Amino acid sequence: MWKIRVIALILLIAGIWLGFFLYTSEKNPNSSFHFKLGLDLASGTQLVYKADTSKLESKDVSSSMQALKEVVEKRINVFGVSEPIIQTESGGLGNSDEKRLIVELPGITDINKAVEMIGKTPLLEFKLMNKNYTPTEEEKKNNVISRDAFLDTGLTGRYLKGSQLQFGQKGGFANEPIVSLTFNSDGKDLFAKITKEHIGEVLAIFLDGQPISLPVIQQEIPDGSAQISGKFTADEAKELVRNLNLGALPVAIELVSTNSVGASLGKDILDKGIYAGIIAIIIISLFLILWYRLPGLISVLALGTYIVMMLAIFKLIPVVLTAAGIAGFIMSIGMAVDANILILERMKEEFNENRDNMEEAIKNGFARAWLSIRDSNITSIIIAVVLFWLGTSAVKGFALTFGVGVLISMISAISISRTFLLAILKKNHGGFIKFMFGIGIKN
Amino acid sequence: MFVIKHRKIFLIISSVMTIIPIILLFVWGLKPGIDFVGGSILEVSYPDGRPDIKVVQQRIDNLPIGNYSVRPMGENSYVARTKFLNENERVALLNSLSSNGENKIVEEKLNSIGPTIGQELKNKAYVAILLSILFIVLFIAFAFRKVSKPVSSWKYGVVSIMTLAHDILIPTGVFLFLSKFAGAEIDVLFITALLAILGYSINDTIIVFDRIRENLNIRYQHHNSRETFEETIGKSLGQTYGRSFNTSFTTFLTVLALYIFGGSVTQNFALVLMAGVIAGTYSSIFIAAPLLLLISRERTEKK
Repeated sequence: MWKIRVIALILLIAGIWLGFFLYTSEKNPNSSFHFKLGLDLASGTQLVYKADTSKLESKDVSSSMQALKEVVEKRINVFGVSEPIIQTESGGLGNSDEKRLIVELPGITDINKAVEMIGKTPLLEFKLMNKNYTPTEEEKKNNVISRDAFLDTGLTGRYLKGSQLQFGQKGGFANEPIVSLTFNSDGKDLFAKITKEHIGEVLAIFLDGQPISLPVIQQEIPDGSAQISGKFTADEAKELVRNLNLGALPVAIELVSTNSVGASLGKDILDKGIYAGIIAIIIISLFLILWYRLPGLISVLALGTYIVMMLAIFKLIPVVLTAAGIAGFIMSIGMAVDANILILERMKEEFNENRDNMEEAIKNGFARAWLSIRDSNITSIIIAVVLFWLGTSAVKGFALTFGVGVLISMISAISISRTFLLAILKKNHGGFIKFMFGIGIKN
Repeated sequence: MFVIKHRKIFLIISSVMTIIPIILLFVWGLKPGIDFVGGSILEVSYPDGRPDIKVVQQRIDNLPIGNYSVRPMGENSYVARTKFLNENERVALLNSLSSNGENKIVEEKLNSIGPTIGQELKNKAYVAILLSILFIVLFIAFAFRKVSKPVSSWKYGVVSIMTLAHDILIPTGVFLFLSKFAGAEIDVLFITALLAILGYSINDTIIVFDRIRENLNIRYQHHNSRETFEETIGKSLGQTYGRSFNTSFTTFLTVLALYIFGGSVTQNFALVLMAGVIAGTYSSIFIAAPLLLLISRERTEKK
């Protein structure tokens, strides 16, 4: 008896502590356990691109998609969007060859800006160093390079076919990283002309207006391929190659779907969702207490524990909450209530059959209600799994909160409610306790 | 038991309730939203009050974007539905809505879905519903495997499917009315609602079946063969309809709260769910058990 009371007390304290944790971590702006809100609640933009992989060999598809993801990630990071999510995805169901890139930008509601951010091709330029330019004192002091120090050649990333990282093969160049560039046919001619006329000069490579490499022209290069060798490490060379390749996305992409939600609308949906949830919980609690009296109150306590547990799980995993996700959670609360009602009704039945042994009635009530709770909840979980497996992001949100919710509620209904109920039992119960356990209308 | 005695009446009522949505489906048809056929939905609000809808429509008429619809939303917003818009078309539409900057607008929501993604979602929706039904039947046949007399366990599964069809068709009928008179379109959320109804309806049915299973076991243990299957079903129904009602009632309250306070996004979702909860409760008491009896009758009469 005392053992169960101690467990019940621990559960209750754990529940209160979790509730306290939820409250303080939400209030504290520095906490890393804030609820993660989906774009439809927190405002932001989701862009879905279709990647044209038709020209790639199948073995190159996944690496190209990975490269695409990295390029886009890099472009977005330049703009300082907080916590962007960039994922690649395959179209499902007979459409699995179609590769997609999904970009989620919290806080960005201007689609124009978002599309520009991703679609924008970084400016790659080749410029000759201006021999006649002398840097001012101030430039020397601050170690900055004026734009005037270089002359445009007309050669840009538009003419670049690709860039690769290689390592030197022979002599003094052994294992030295070399960045090789390949121009397309127009670029080849232009490059040949520039290199022929300016041997010995510096042909600087600029990315977005910043010089990233300053190689010296050694000889005329007629075949449209160039190498940048210099004093850089393998990592730096890799970085340079990536930057150069940024001039062209590895895969052509086409915008197929956009979704943006403004800040006021998202907040409105969130507030209303929370409001609806609280109202539902209050009404159900009143119903349970009025109809089932003391056991009803115990169920409400167990439900409260269940709800804080779920919310804590949402915070800790973390689960990204969307409008559909909150709906799924509210429905899982409904299922948890159902389980409690099934138990209470069954207890009432057992109690009416044998009014003197309440402990037996409680234990039997739980044991007999368990079968129907188990079977009905498993079907709900089956549906949640199917939804999660097949669904799009909105449906996935619903399926996740609903499925996890049902699973946890199944466990909590039979463990938490049971412990609480057994804990308040007294060996010699008087008429008052009997009245408090007299559930609903008399059968 | 009242329900079992008058089961024919209830089965007839249910058949009518099921046939009406089927007829409506053919007459009115389901209006697929942009989730399934592709297109754009743009919601803009006017902080200084919205202009007359006719003015807005006149401006959009001049745009080369084909068919569209504009509906008022809330106090000072419009929602425009169009084909899948590209960047320029979107800007042109925004300009029309703001009368080229005359009316201040805030772009509240834009949802654009390309046609290929729409088609894919449609396929996914079909597969999701069919797979869910299949798995549920298999699970029920498994869960009731120990009670194969007087009705074999997979028949519980079949009866569940028939009840499920009933429970899905009635909310679909409600949605058809919504779609006819309030412009609602089938979206992913509607499919989610249907699947949630599948879950709830099966829960209710299982509560009844579980009791029948238990009473059948008791009957065999006591070798009390004088009790007929009809009486067992009647007794089980009598023992469970109270809790079926209570569980559905609380679920109904939850969904009602979602409908009244949950905001516009989940409103249709909640309404469809409410219809589903009512249909599911009704069917588990008035259809599932009588149907089970009907199936067992046919078998014994053939023998």
